[in-house]
Amino acid sequence: MDLRIQDQTATAVERQAVDAVLGEPDSSWVGAVRSREDGHFAVGGHAARSRRHLLLPVLHAVQARVGWISPGALGYVCRRLTIPPAEAYGVASFYALFALEPRPPIVAHVCTDIACMCRGSQMLVAELERTIGPAGEHPGNGHAIWLESPCLGLCERAPAVLVTEAGEDPSERSVAPAGAEDVAAALAGRLPERMTTEPVAQQGSPDVRLMRRFGVVDPESLDSYRSQGGYDALRQAFALGPAGVIREVSDSKLLGRGGAAFPTGRKWEAVARHPVRPHYLICNADESEPGTFKDRFVFEQDPFSLIEAMTIAAYATGAEHGYVYLRGEYPLAWERLVNAVTLARRHGFLGEDIMGQGMRFDIELRKGAGAYICGEETALFNSIEGFRGEPRNKPPFPVDAGLFQKPTVINNVETLVNVLDIVLEGGRAFAERGTDGSTGMRLFCLSGCVERPGLYEAPFGVTLREVLDMAGGVRAGHELRSILLGGAAGAFVGPDMLDLELSFEATREAGVTLGSGVIMVFDETVPLAPVLLRIAGFFRDESCGQCVPCRVGTVRQQEALLRLVNDRPRGSVDDELALLDEIARGMRDASICGLGQTAANAIESALRGLRPFPTEAVS
Amino acid sequence: MFGAGGGTSSYREVEETDLIILWGSNARETHPIFFHHVLKAVHNGARLFVVDPRRTVSAQWADGWLGIDVGTDIALANTVAREIIHSGLHNREFIERATTGFEEFAASVEEWTLERGEQETGVPAAMIRELALSYARADRAILCWTLGITEHHNAVDNVFSLINLALLCGHVGRYGSGLNPLRGQNNVQGGGDMGAIPNKLPGFQDIERDAEAREKFRQAWGVEISPKYGWHLTQMFAAMERGELTAAYVIGENPAQSEADAKHTHELLEGLECLVVQDIFMTRTAQMADVVLPASASWCEAEGTVTNSERRVQRVRKALEPPEGARDDIEIICEIARRMGHDWDYPSVEAVWDELRSLSPMHAGMSYSRLEELGGIPWPCTSEDDPGSQFLHGRLWENPISGPPAPFFVCEHELPVDRLTDEFPIRLTTGRRLDSYNTGVQSNSFTSPLRRPETLDLSPEDCEQLGVEEGERVQITSRRGTVIAPVRIDPTLRPGLAFMTLHFPDEVQTNILTIEATDPKSGTAEFKASAIKVEKLPLPQTDAAPGQVALPAR
Repeated sequence: MDLRIQDQTATAVERQAVDAVLGEPDSSWVGAVRSREDGHFAVGGHAARSRRHLLLPVLHAVQARVGWISPGALGYVCRRLTIPPAEAYGVASFYALFALEPRPPIVAHVCTDIACMCRGSQMLVAELERTIGPAGEHPGNGHAIWLESPCLGLCERAPAVLVTEAGEDPSERSVAPAGAEDVAAALAGRLPERMTTEPVAQQGSPDVRLMRRFGVVDPESLDSYRSQGGYDALRQAFALGPAGVIREVSDSKLLGRGGAAFPTGRKWEAVARHPVRPHYLICNADESEPGTFKDRFVFEQDPFSLIEAMTIAAYATGAEHGYVYLRGEYPLAWERLVNAVTLARRHGFLGEDIMGQGMRFDIELRKGAGAYICGEETALFNSIEGFRGEPRNKPPFPVDAGLFQKPTVINNVETLVNVLDIVLEGGRAFAERGTDGSTGMRLFCLSGCVERPGLYEAPFGVTLREVLDMAGGVRAGHELRSILLGGAAGAFVGPDMLDLELSFEATREAGVTLGSGVIMVFDETVPLAPVLLRIAGFFRDESCGQCVPCRVGTVRQQEALLRLVNDRPRGSVDDELALLDEIARGMRDASICGLGQTAANAIESALRGLRPFPTEAVS
Repeated sequence: MFGAGGGTSSYREVEETDLIILWGSNARETHPIFFHHVLKAVHNGARLFVVDPRRTVSAQWADGWLGIDVGTDIALANTVAREIIHSGLHNREFIERATTGFEEFAASVEEWTLERGEQETGVPAAMIRELALSYARADRAILCWTLGITEHHNAVDNVFSLINLALLCGHVGRYGSGLNPLRGQNNVQGGGDMGAIPNKLPGFQDIERDAEAREKFRQAWGVEISPKYGWHLTQMFAAMERGELTAAYVIGENPAQSEADAKHTHELLEGLECLVVQDIFMTRTAQMADVVLPASASWCEAEGTVTNSERRVQRVRKALEPPEGARDDIEIICEIARRMGHDWDYPSVEAVWDELRSLSPMHAGMSYSRLEELGGIPWPCTSEDDPGSQFLHGRLWENPISGPPAPFFVCEHELPVDRLTDEFPIRLTTGRRLDSYNTGVQSNSFTSPLRRPETLDLSPEDCEQLGVEEGERVQITSRRGTVIAPVRIDPTLRPGLAFMTLHFPDEVQTNILTIEATDPKSGTAEFKASAIKVEKLPLPQTDAAPGQVALPAR
């Protein structure tokens, strides 16, 4: 490791962007004007390096201000934080939203992922190529560019586009559903209006718990939240005491909603009892699983509920410092989260002595920058700490050595929000909803070829058919072909599986997964082969490259699929299928994290159950 | 220290200590392997302080850098000592039990207030205080130094002033606390241990004071051991000058290029009646020799042992046959002895080692088989059931201590001999870079992406004042001579401070500029402090260089 700072210097604007996050430099060694005293002393070391967790925010600041991260800017950041430039480059280049080559200020990220494929993203792309030019080329005045993007999490309104504009007053806007004319207008400098929230289909329904305040409260008003029962749960938590809260959560049999279905009570208990201090609490809101958008709805429609739930979790587990790690592609959710935290602090619901109970807790916000893998909990720790978002080996588990190697509770947004009900009505009452093995309610993200894509809430145990019906079923006049359950890391099921009970235990028995609640529906208008290719390409792009089975396996998987799609199998089709099977086993057995372990799931399930090749081969 | 020359701590302790001070050491570049151990410590949470006139790459890793003026180390050490005493942080129990001379020492540093320290060293008082309190409060602390301390006319006093600090806080003789001069060359520790120093027999047995040891060697070698210290390098050159020393046998050293005041050195070597050089390279010194004895490379073409900076003696095995004509050092020396009428009959290299073990108590327990089994053994290791010594001077912590107490030394601050004046206003200090080694004999035949030609490194302010740009060649003059070199603008330097290396003597003979002011006790020259002036080329007509011809810079 060496501190060989590059010769290029940062521009004044770049330095301003960096200083806005890190504060003014205090000596010429980190960028201030040379003084006589500087020649005789310098401080840094641990103090400077202890701020490394600001690397991601500071890179965001430069990217947002200038539109790309120049070697000079990166060098300046390295100097400020005592980070070897090679490491900082490794971090900056890890994230898709950061550019390390000059890039125009306006960028339209056009989602071409699977949910948008069902809704015409390919036509949108073709139109853009025709009218504007190929992705990555500067149209017209050179101030703008459009790029293809993985899932933007706006699947219910596909096709989706995210427009970012760097500058003094940077902005990020989502457009969905987007047409070529929206993109063209954005590229010409006419940015789309701020996106508004759309009501969920079940708004106001007595059947929903998690969504009960959606559309009812003003998501930008703490007072509105409190008028709808906000902070009743925290008050109740104080009455129960930390051990009492954990007992209720354990009694509720709440399982994690991020995909791994780990018992939340056990996680909390382990951290609460851990003698090592401090404890950290993290809300994992990096939902990047293609087809997933449930957490976005919580931030957009009821952000205070998450803050209250985190405060309860912190109270129960003895954490004084919390983080929300929100994916970078959610401008509206980010705005509302920032506002909610600001208001909660102002009103004393975060900070010192919360609600006069002597409790201290605050939340720091972190924005992802386009890396699917950062949703893996240990990768997320590394990302917050300012390292490449590469998963760590487990054990040690997060409850023992998580963020900054300290005991850490990390929960998904939906998991946390459930805690409010658990505290209010008691764990046993909560457990009465749902099934024995899967208690409570579940949020389902319906997208693709359904009549009313969107977010739906139902108790566990509901059948696939029932959920589909809630969304109006397959588009009128079309025929159901397959359903992707659980997202790209999930599995395809055919129409024969519509009576599948949606619970952790039933899906496990059926050899599929609920994952993050994705239900993506495909009808006969969507050929499966390109979808599979897109999934393979997604994993290839998103593999962090740290461990070999995944780095190599995801590439080989995509290549074999491509040969099958192009009807040019090496050997026979069966040879290729055998190869894919072998790659899948290799990745599943030997990858260190879930990405590699599940990167073949959807493809395998499609090949096994749906036989898309060669009869359905599409070039 | 305290009689035996060697670092007191093991590498493991360096990694597990709480605080490390690199004083006059740019270990990141000059001791990169040792610095790995330092970095491990840093990653384990240890704090790092660096005392160096330049903000070196080592200093860039530090929690605190103290950019002292060249040659003010004693001023800084004494100020730190006073601050520790006045803060009541000195280890009274240790001082009373294991040291002598504290009262006198404490009185001697009384004048070194923070203000005076700042005035003399240039380092802000707050920073000096920070270092003092950090060192005194650390549960474990290791103090390391290298040539920034020893290449001065008062080298030994400089070292004593650091030892004082360790004694003050009890930071020696315990696990994770110690004093460590970093060894600059492979096996330089082993060389000293084996008696390749003018005042000691192998195993640091004093040649004048230790009659018993002399008798032991007389019996083993069958010759009388002269009870008289020999000359160290600087004294040898003085003896050449007086005509008393007329023949030299140089093994693995390149004095023609490595000595201060190179021109003078060259003349003295030329004047010898007989010069024999034994080396693996045809060095500049070898080119002057009457006889050259090509040797084998001791790390790969020979059997034997090597001793590293943590005093660990390790086995070296022969991996390659030496090129034709090159012979093993032991073989060459034995052959010379044979022709001089002493037939030393060593059946093997191990037999040489076993003889050493029989004569040097600190090596007695190190049989070849044990060295192999234990992966090396740190001395002292006095018997075959002794595991060796991870750290030295643990005796100071026994109650009562065994052996003599450790003395404090009163050290007076003295500025470098080569004074700064209006005529020679810039302080030139010399050093090394990561990619090259000393005079380049061993490293210049390899390419390195990091290597750049010799330059005079100057602060941006001085460059601006001189009106010179990066890469522009300038004339550099000291009271001894003149060289020409290109300028490199180096923001890690402050105004009035310049830096050069001695890696490329064929391009720029830096040692034409350096002063041969040597420390009377150690014989080390003050390479670290010359006074120079820098002039833009071409010079105005009237300003002739004083007497020396500028060497062409390629």
